[in-house]
Amino acid sequence: MDSYFSILFTEVYKILFLLVPVLVSVAMIVWLDRRVWAFVQKRRGPNVVGPFGLFQSLADALKYIFKEIIIPASSNKLVFVLAPVVTMTLALISWAVIPFGEDFVLADINVGILYLFAVSSLGVYGIIMGGWASNSKYPFLGAIRSAAQMVSYEVSIGVIIINVLLCVGSLNLSDIVVAQQNLWFVIPLFPMFVIFFISALAETNRPPFDLPEAEAELVAGYQTEYSGMMYAMFWLGEYANILLMCAMGSILFLGGWLSPIDIFPFNAIPGPFWLIFKILFLFILFALVKATVPRYRYDQLMKLGWKIFLPFSLFYVVLTSSFLLYFDLLPGK
Amino acid sequence: MKISRLLKTIFMIDFVTGLLIAIKETFKAKKTINYPFEKGSLGTRSRGEHALRRYPNGEERCIACKLCEAVCPAQAITIESKERDDGSRKTVRYDIDMLKCIYCGLCEESCPVDAIVQGPNFEFATESREELYYTKEKLLENGDRWENILAANIKADSSHR
Repeated sequence: MDSYFSILFTEVYKILFLLVPVLVSVAMIVWLDRRVWAFVQKRRGPNVVGPFGLFQSLADALKYIFKEIIIPASSNKLVFVLAPVVTMTLALISWAVIPFGEDFVLADINVGILYLFAVSSLGVYGIIMGGWASNSKYPFLGAIRSAAQMVSYEVSIGVIIINVLLCVGSLNLSDIVVAQQNLWFVIPLFPMFVIFFISALAETNRPPFDLPEAEAELVAGYQTEYSGMMYAMFWLGEYANILLMCAMGSILFLGGWLSPIDIFPFNAIPGPFWLIFKILFLFILFALVKATVPRYRYDQLMKLGWKIFLPFSLFYVVLTSSFLLYFDLLPGK
Repeated sequence: MKISRLLKTIFMIDFVTGLLIAIKETFKAKKTINYPFEKGSLGTRSRGEHALRRYPNGEERCIACKLCEAVCPAQAITIESKERDDGSRKTVRYDIDMLKCIYCGLCEESCPVDAIVQGPNFEFATESREELYYTKEKLLENGDRWENILAANIKADSSHR
């Protein structure tokens, strides 16, 4: 019994040690997003609360906590309440397998990438539940759009991941990073990296693919009926997902915790910092894209996903595997 | 022509150009002011928070003619008047419901003695609705507080009336 509790407590500590920084960085990333957006438009962005406005998100969160939670009378109350919980939980549990450094990972499971993929697929449920349980037009239409979009782009992300796995020969995320010791996959698989980036934008409902929340058409999409902390949880989940996609991109293509060149001033910086730098770099790209690109039309979005990305990434799988086979570079040999 | 367009699409030339422009713009000077710490200039006719003015000797300007009450399109003004001991007609109640008010400036236009005016203050947010029901005391206090600016504004604007 004692050993059971000691294991439980160490695990809980580990989880807290992971989740609290993730939640704090989600708050910071919201601020960064707004700041970058403002800077591109030559505005100032939030700069009053705390140094450089860093605590803006905390102030917002406080506001959301004190706001009233309105549950529509005609909604399915259980599902309505469950939806934001599901979204946020699923966005956070994926962080368990992200390796921040060598042996610096909460759950070093051998099917890490499949786990990530499965959890991010489940993320659609939160949105569908929210949209359906609201029992109102705009959330419903937003949820349908969002589900279709996320499912479509998940397919191309899956095929992109196959490309990486072909080069690694393992589903373990730490192995994927270690395999990039000599050459980051962003160089041989550059087209895949671009497609992954664009698919990640669509997967997380970011502009230019923010159709589920296209305010001109759908008010706020699946979040329309939500208020107070429940809305904030959707929002947290969304940004945690964005951060996760950035982390996934940096692990799959940008060499995770590895330094760009293995010489002194670079390899002295500990691994987790490199991963954070890479995540930040990708996130700033996300934010810049949000600030520059206009929203896609729905049919264009579907066309891009199914008619361009999917065939191209499938073709690239064939290309990668033939290349590896021809030059006898297959891993595990 | 078609090939070049295809290449442009594949290599996302337009997108990358846009991104580079965005990055360039990021480092340029900001076009907006740093609001709570610096404020934009206001015209002499800016219509902000209301104020009831006094004559230099401290006497209230308002003569309770109720023209502002009549002209108010939002019916935000309520006035009750009474004859004072010295025989002059004065208000005993002058309320403006700032939540009803649409800040059209008609009260100011209609006032024959420049008593009710809209000042330059636009930062009077409160934490409750009750606080935005302005009574005569509050309006007179506003008048005393902003008198210098109000008088200067009315003087500057007088040649256009």
